[in-house]
Amino acid sequence: MSDALLAVDNLRVAFAAGGREVRAVDGVSYRVEPGKTLAIIGESGSGKTVGCRAIMGLLPTGTMISGSARLRGTELIGLSDSQLRKHRGSDIAMVFQDPARSLNPTMRIGSQITEAIRTHRKVSRSQAHDQAVELLRLVRIPAPDRRYHEYPHQLSGGMRQRVVIAIALACRPKLLIADEATTALDVTTQAQIMELMLDLQAEMGMSLIFISHDLGLAASYADEVVVMYAGKIVEQAQAKKLFGSGGTVRMRYTRALLDAIPHIERAAHTQLPVVSGRPPDPTALPAGCSFAPRCAHAADDCLATSPALAEHSPGHYWACWHPCENGVSA
Amino acid sequence: MTETNREPEAPGQTTETAEPAETTQPLLSVRDLVQEFVVREGGGTRAGIVQAVSSVSFDIMPGETLGIVGETGSGKSTLARAILQSPRPKSGSVVFRGSELTELRGRNLLAARQHMQFVFQDPFGSLDPKWTVRSIISEPLIAYSAGDRQARRKRVEELLDLVGLDPARYAKRHPRELSGGQAQRVAIARAVALEPDLLICDEAVSSLDVLIQAQVLNLFEKLRRELSLSYLFIAHDLALVKQVSDRVGVMYLGKFCEVGPGESVYKQPLHPYTRALLDSIPSTEPGAGRSTTTLRGEPPSPVSPPSGCRFRTRCPRAVDRCAEEVPQPRELLPGHLVACHFPLTEPAPATTAAAAAVSQ
Repeated sequence: MSDALLAVDNLRVAFAAGGREVRAVDGVSYRVEPGKTLAIIGESGSGKTVGCRAIMGLLPTGTMISGSARLRGTELIGLSDSQLRKHRGSDIAMVFQDPARSLNPTMRIGSQITEAIRTHRKVSRSQAHDQAVELLRLVRIPAPDRRYHEYPHQLSGGMRQRVVIAIALACRPKLLIADEATTALDVTTQAQIMELMLDLQAEMGMSLIFISHDLGLAASYADEVVVMYAGKIVEQAQAKKLFGSGGTVRMRYTRALLDAIPHIERAAHTQLPVVSGRPPDPTALPAGCSFAPRCAHAADDCLATSPALAEHSPGHYWACWHPCENGVSA
Repeated sequence: MTETNREPEAPGQTTETAEPAETTQPLLSVRDLVQEFVVREGGGTRAGIVQAVSSVSFDIMPGETLGIVGETGSGKSTLARAILQSPRPKSGSVVFRGSELTELRGRNLLAARQHMQFVFQDPFGSLDPKWTVRSIISEPLIAYSAGDRQARRKRVEELLDLVGLDPARYAKRHPRELSGGQAQRVAIARAVALEPDLLICDEAVSSLDVLIQAQVLNLFEKLRRELSLSYLFIAHDLALVKQVSDRVGVMYLGKFCEVGPGESVYKQPLHPYTRALLDSIPSTEPGAGRSTTTLRGEPPSPVSPPSGCRFRTRCPRAVDRCAEEVPQPRELLPGHLVACHFPLTEPAPATTAAAAAVSQ
């Protein structure tokens, strides 16, 4: 496992909110192999975004972060801001959900890309210009020479997200973190952007973490899938182990997520299998399994002690006392 | 009553076949609806006119759900607002429960709209943050003078029960003390307070997490059965629309390109655009995403839509005829209409390759 590009071990992130401790990320460990795609899936508040922001050093001061995140052996947790800045953008880059907010509305697109290039590399203005146009071409923006001089408001949402990706790729990062990067986009545009990211990943040999609430997206595009609930990883395996024919979901929460996705195969007006309630209050997590209060299969042991995430079959981790048999919620 | 009506009805554009169930009048009948906006450049000079909704016609029968899918800018939300007369459509007719809404003014319009309610995407944006849940749900009851204080109080509690919120816990809360799913339930309770016949849902569950989304979808289903509600259900998520709809219309640049019974549209799409949308859905099959052929490009500007078929600039099957002639809706399968010169039931036109070169 030493060849992992990013190795996250026992990462914990806690905030103080109203005098109480919010454990947003509670002991998370995973690896990202070079050139591979990891999907981190979870509902709002599951800690999926906070964990990645902690690695990027993007959380407000006063946040308690512990554990380890090593990028090619370099520890990122605990680095000073100036040290982190060397990695941010050049080694790891991040793309966020709303492209409109990631771009400066008063700056031409071209300047925003050349700024990113010249922050990390000593290149002349004209070289930066050429590289920026090349990047726009790379993210398949039509007429890149003309678009270079345009402002963000002149582009559609999908085009803006392509520009954001171009900026993220400006210094050829080894790892790209896409945080709900396609959530705000239409299905057709979402498919285009996902395909684009996978193509670029293959071309540049980059690793990709994509954070999403959409298990369908994870199943279609990821190599490895991590499912988070209430700050913890509750299931982790290769996508092909979890989904599709031959796939076996063991964690009841993952099963519930899968069942709740509307499928076009399902007849109209059928009741969706639902899980009642909502995720627990992060300041008052239950003593046992965090999902137990919503789980139809919760027994006394679930309420008493929290099951640890363990490798129950090769490469397949889950944290459940009473897992699904053969992937079905019996 | 809903049992007979729930069967797929022939869409409005066709001549109705005389069956026993056809005796019911459509609840909502939209004909040649057009909505235009003036686009202005910096400084306020007129840059052009966007026809956001371009001659759209359809019917919704009592108890029926019509789903509308389309990309951003397809005009689906504008269509919903034009039906609601807010703002008024440029031309066309909207007949709801027998009244022509485009001709009604003031009090009469309000009275007609009592039976047509809206649920929007962002529940917090549609709930006044200073009001309690009880006053939010009471407001329409007061506005339409439904019952005295005591009766309203009781009705609010019934409504909260109906949407699955415990009145004792939630009636006194403010919107900020609710989660997204709870806030959307309150918005739904308010929408159904006056027992509407039609609920227009514009991306009503799009901002919710998948488990909460499933809860709200089931709630819509329960209300449909218990209150015999009809829905106009607008969303960009095709699977979601399939789940709730009897019939589905696919919109592209202000026009319906295909409309028909949900099963038929999804199992046998006739329009190349519908096919492309269906292909874009991420499947839960590992690695499936890498093999799908995605639609090239983005919708062209609605200020100057392409001549002929509006989809032709992105269509893999487009030929010269598609640029010259606007395709008219044709019923190719029972109740299933398509506006395409070369629907997918027919072989692709021979000169596709030449046309593909033009579109690039």
